[in-house]
Amino acid sequence: MARSFDLGRFLRRDETKGMVLIAPPFIYAVLLLAAPLAAIVLFSFWTQDFMTIDRSFTLSNYREAFTDPLYMELLSRSLRISLSVTAITVVLAFPVAYFVSFYVAPERKSLWLFLITIPFWTSYLIRVFLWRVILAYDGPVNGTLVGLGVIDEPLAWILYSANSVVITLAHAYAPFAILPIFVSLEKIDRSLHEAGRDLGENRVMVFLRVTLPLAMPGVLAAVLIVFIPTIGDYVTPRLVGGSDGTMIANMIQTQFMRLNNAPMGATLSVLAMLMVGFVSLVMILGTLRWTRGGKSK
Amino acid sequence: MKGQSLKIYVILYLVFLYAPIVLLPLFAFNSGTVIAFPLQGFTFGWFIEVFTTQALLEATRNSVFIAVSVAVLSTCFGLFAARAATRYNFPAKGGIVGFVMLPLVLPEIIVAVSLLVVLIQAGLSTGIWSVIAGHVLICTPFSIAILQGSFTNMDKSLEEAAVDLGETPLSTFRLVTLPLVAPGIIASLLICFTISLDEFIIAFFLSGNEPTLPVYIWGLLRFPARVPVIMALGTLLVALSIILLITAEYFRRRGLRRAGKRDVGGFL
Repeated sequence: MARSFDLGRFLRRDETKGMVLIAPPFIYAVLLLAAPLAAIVLFSFWTQDFMTIDRSFTLSNYREAFTDPLYMELLSRSLRISLSVTAITVVLAFPVAYFVSFYVAPERKSLWLFLITIPFWTSYLIRVFLWRVILAYDGPVNGTLVGLGVIDEPLAWILYSANSVVITLAHAYAPFAILPIFVSLEKIDRSLHEAGRDLGENRVMVFLRVTLPLAMPGVLAAVLIVFIPTIGDYVTPRLVGGSDGTMIANMIQTQFMRLNNAPMGATLSVLAMLMVGFVSLVMILGTLRWTRGGKSK
Repeated sequence: MKGQSLKIYVILYLVFLYAPIVLLPLFAFNSGTVIAFPLQGFTFGWFIEVFTTQALLEATRNSVFIAVSVAVLSTCFGLFAARAATRYNFPAKGGIVGFVMLPLVLPEIIVAVSLLVVLIQAGLSTGIWSVIAGHVLICTPFSIAILQGSFTNMDKSLEEAAVDLGETPLSTFRLVTLPLVAPGIIASLLICFTISLDEFIIAFFLSGNEPTLPVYIWGLLRFPARVPVIMALGTLLVALSIILLITAEYFRRRGLRRAGKRDVGGFL
């Protein structure tokens, strides 16, 4: 009797209830995320021996990855493209978030956010494909520019290059940048602006010394949310990138599906993850350092 | 003054956002087989082809089956996790919840590749079920984010009142909690359904010989003559997504009203 009583009390404790509730999704994530990620790391130290996998521990994949100029070029190009996309997306998105937060009447804000998010719930593949149409040699962008007399010849470099990948990805990730910045702008106490103005600062200074620092958590979130997934994007470089716009995800896919070299694919995946992790960490620490002192939130 | 120039910029930005979507119906009703300007004549032919292509219908069936399963499973996980995160304290809470949310910031190709490796090593075949498994992983964080909002907005004293009035925990959950979070559950189901229906990379790696709709579309993109059919299909999908989203938004707002909160923003 005593034991069952204790068990009953144990089950009624809040801590236990919480653990029991979180267990199913947590165990699922351990089995389908942590274990596979561990497997990828393990694989990266093995080698493909024709049809079988040689399971002796070796660093030869990493050696190959660091010495083969193709792999290095793809990794650094992915980083370059991803950083450009992040910078462009966030810089273009900030004024939009600012506008919705500061200039739109409160009851219409959610309509505006809805308007901004609608295009992104439509087929990703088709959207990217349509950018190929838009940026094509005889597409509307070139047509308009030629028609306006801005250029004499259609621009060939805007499609099948790193540029087209950057444009398309900047479009694809727009809402992921706008929403976090909007949320952090919404949290800013409006009386701080009045205080700044009353103390004799002009609009630009108020923006630089009050609004921007307080919006930094949102900007950082936007940067990370755009930067991390874009580095692993497969569809966009494949559809609009041409050979100059190919990125690391395309090579990872090729290793797994075409060359049947899973260990090399795993190695490149690990390197890509390390690169993403390292750059993200630098960004986080950099921002923390910059906003240190002013405890925002 | 400043507001005006900002407004012009925002309108230009919206043009940029909507540019691809506006083109879609143009090409879907265009009788020319080449996806380029100038447009030719008007036709419904591509839409008819959408509904008569057997492989396409097969892929759609796979996708819908996957999306429904994923929506239900992810929302169940989301309910568990969101309830645990908003109502209870337990050791390593931040770490555990953060880990479940991790797929939100992981490049999808990494998730896809790592699952593929494990499946192959375990000697399991890929197919519809493995796509479901992968999609549940990436949809659960979205479900948690939505449901956490519903649980946080709910007035805790309502549950306490029910218990004080003699209801058991289970009947309290059924009679009080569930109706109050129901709008969040519906929103979560719809969002997860939409994400799963559109997801490509994981399906591309894990669908084996049971292609989903995006995988089928990907295959078609290589054949220029078939592209207008994709445009027609895309138009239908856009219309469907917009209807689903408006429904989700409607339920989200109704939920806020029921919880007596003011509307403070859209999804996420």
